Amino acid sequence: MSNADIILTAENVYKSYRLGAAQVRVLEGLDLAVKRGEFVAIVGASGSGKSTLLHILGALDRPDKGTVRFEDWDLGRINGRKLNKFRNEMVGFVFQFYHLLDELNVLENVFLPAMVSSTAAGWVIRRGSAKKRAFELLNQLGLGERANHKPYQLSGGERQRTALARALMNNPKLLLADEPTGNLDSATGNGILEVISGLNRAGQTVVMVTHDEEVAGRAGRVIVLSDGKIRQRHPAP
Amino acid sequence: MYKFILAFRYMFRKRISYLALLAVSLCVFIVVVVMTVMTGLVDDFKRKNHEFVGDCVVATESLVGFGQYEDFVKILEGCDFVQAVSAVIRSYGLVSPGGSGQCVGVEIMGIDPVRHSQVTGFGKMLHYRSGQVSKAFEPVYDPNLPGCIAAVDLKLPRDARGGYVYGAGPDREGLAVSCFPLTAKGALARAGAGEVNTKTFYCSDYARSGLARIDDSLIYLPFEQAQMLCGMGQQPKRVSMLLVKFRQGVKPENGSRKVSRLWADYAAQIKAEKKSVPQLENVTVQNWKQYRRAYIAAMEKEQTMMIVMFALVAVTTVFIVFVVFYMIISHKSKDIGILKSIGVSNVDLIGLFSCFAFIMASVSCCVGVFLGWLFLVKINGIEDWLFEHFRFQLWDRSIYAIDAIPNTVDFKVLSGIVLSGICVCLAGALAASRRAMKARPVDSLQVSQL
Repeated sequence: MSNADIILTAENVYKSYRLGAAQVRVLEGLDLAVKRGEFVAIVGASGSGKSTLLHILGALDRPDKGTVRFEDWDLGRINGRKLNKFRNEMVGFVFQFYHLLDELNVLENVFLPAMVSSTAAGWVIRRGSAKKRAFELLNQLGLGERANHKPYQLSGGERQRTALARALMNNPKLLLADEPTGNLDSATGNGILEVISGLNRAGQTVVMVTHDEEVAGRAGRVIVLSDGKIRQRHPAP
Repeated sequence: MYKFILAFRYMFRKRISYLALLAVSLCVFIVVVVMTVMTGLVDDFKRKNHEFVGDCVVATESLVGFGQYEDFVKILEGCDFVQAVSAVIRSYGLVSPGGSGQCVGVEIMGIDPVRHSQVTGFGKMLHYRSGQVSKAFEPVYDPNLPGCIAAVDLKLPRDARGGYVYGAGPDREGLAVSCFPLTAKGALARAGAGEVNTKTFYCSDYARSGLARIDDSLIYLPFEQAQMLCGMGQQPKRVSMLLVKFRQGVKPENGSRKVSRLWADYAAQIKAEKKSVPQLENVTVQNWKQYRRAYIAAMEKEQTMMIVMFALVAVTTVFIVFVVFYMIISHKSKDIGILKSIGVSNVDLIGLFSCFAFIMASVSCCVGVFLGWLFLVKINGIEDWLFEHFRFQLWDRSIYAIDAIPNTVDFKVLSGIVLSGICVCLAGALAASRRAMKARPVDSLQVSQL
C-alpha cells in the first residue's frame, strides 16, 4: 500500500475520560490507516470506544496523545478556520440519531453545509447551484417529494437519508457514519446500507461504526475494537 | 445567510422565544411610560419656573430691595440681546378678606402687568384678563377700584378632581393687604413717617402659575402701589428684582453672564461716584435655573432617583434576558453540536445568537414602544375612568399642579430606551453565547460514548 493511497491515519492514539473520580481509558495506543475509496467498518462491544474513535477521525474530538492525519492535515494540530473547513468540506458525518435541525425543512437541512461555507453575498451567487445539488441528492435518495417537509414529518429512514444527503452536500472526501442503522428497522437499515455501499462503489471513502456484525459485513474491511486497541482486522466475508 | 434564517426561525417558531419577547416588551413598556411621565413632569415644572421669572434675575434677597435700578433698566433695554425688562417688588404681607375676620400671610409681587407679561408668562397665567394684560388690575365690575390679582389657590375652591371652579368673573370682594414697610436701612418704618402699610384692593383676576407654592400664597399688586406699601417708594426708589427676557437665540446662561458683567460695571461706577445706594453690594445676577434652583433641584433629585431605580430595573432586565437566552441556548445545545459538526465557527455561533438577540430586541422594543405609546395616549382617559369608578387619582392636582398627566413622548428618550433595550439583549446573548462557544460538538450532541 503506497502512501498516496492512504487518506486517513491514526498513530498511537490515546483517549481517556474522567467518570466521577475514575479515569476511564477508552483508546490505548491505537493505530489505523484507511485507503482512499475504502469502506471500513469498526465493530466492537458497547463502550469499546468505536464512536470516540470516529469522532477523533472526524475532528469532532481530539486525542489525548497520538497523531491523526487526513491527507496532509494533522487533525490534532489544526484550529479555527482550518478545522471548520475540514469539518465542512472534507468530511461528512452521519449520526445514529440523524441530528437534523428542526427549524429547517429537508431541503434547507441538506444545503446547510453549502450555506455555512458561503458568505451572505456569496450565497446569493451560489444558492441556485447549491439548491440544484441538494435536489439531486434528495432525488437520488428518493426524497424529492419530501424536500419541503420538516424533519418531524419524516420517518426514521427518511430522516437518515436526509442526514446522508446533508453529509454528501459538499462532496466530502471522507464519509463517517456512526451506527447509521442503529435506530432503524432492518428493512430501512438495509436501504441506507445499500445507499452507502453504492456511494463506496462510486469511489467514496467510508468509515462506519456499528455493533452489528451483519451490517459490518457490507464493508470491505472490518476492524474489531476491544479494550481500546484493534484486536482483529479482516476483510469482510 | 443561515444565521439570519435560523435566527428568524428560532425567534418565531419557539414558544420560549415569545415568552422572552413578552418579558423584554414589558420592560420597555414600563420604562417608556415612567420615563415619559416623569420627564414630562420635570420638564413641565422647569418650564413653569422659567415662565415665572423670565430668563435672568437681577435681585437681592433683602426685603429692603436695591436702589438706582431705573438707570440699569435703561442700560439693559439698550442692549441688543435684551428683549424686555420688568422691575418687580417682592415682599410679604397679610391679607384679610373683607369682613371675614381671617388674616393670612401672603407673598406680594408688585408688577407692571404689560412689562411683566413681556418678560414672563404672566399673561397666560390670568384667567379673565388673559388677552387684556394692560387691564389686568382693573376689576371688571368697577374698573376704577384698585385691583389686585390673587393666586388661584388663595381664592378659588377645587372640585373633587382637583380642578378649579371659575365663576363668570372674580369675586367682588375687598382684600385688605397689610405690608411691613422698611426704610432704606432695613428698619421697620414708623407710623406717621409718611408710609402707608395697609390698603384695600379688589380682586380683578386669578393667576395660575402651575407652581403649587406660588399659587397658594401670592398676590400681584400694581407696581407703584406695592412699592409704596413696602416702603420702597421713598427716594431713592427701590425694587426687589429686575426680571430680564433675552432675545430669541440668546441662551439664558450666556445672556446672564453678560448682564452680570454689565451690573458689575454699573455697580463700580456708582461706587466711584460715591452715591449712597442701599443694598447694592447684595445684588446678584442669576439665570432662571440658578434663581429657582432650590425648587428645581428637588425635582431633579427625584429624577436622578428615578434614573437610579431604573438602572436597578435595567440590571434586573439584563439578568432576566441573560437567563432567558441561557435557557434558549441550553435548549439549543443539540443544534450547536450539529452546526459545529458541519463547520460552523465559534464566531459564527456568536453571530447567530447575536442576530437572534437583535431580532428579539428589535421586535420587543417595537412592541414595548407601541404599547407604551398606546398607554400614554390613553393615560388621561384611564385616569378619568379610574376616578369615575374608584375615586382614584394618580397625581393629586393640588400638589402637582398639572391639568393632565404629561404624555408627550420624547424622541430622544425613546431612542435611548430602544438602544438600551437592544444593547441589553445583545449583552445577554453574548454572555450566554460563551456557553455555546465552549461546548465541544460531541458533548453538545450527547453522543460521547465510552
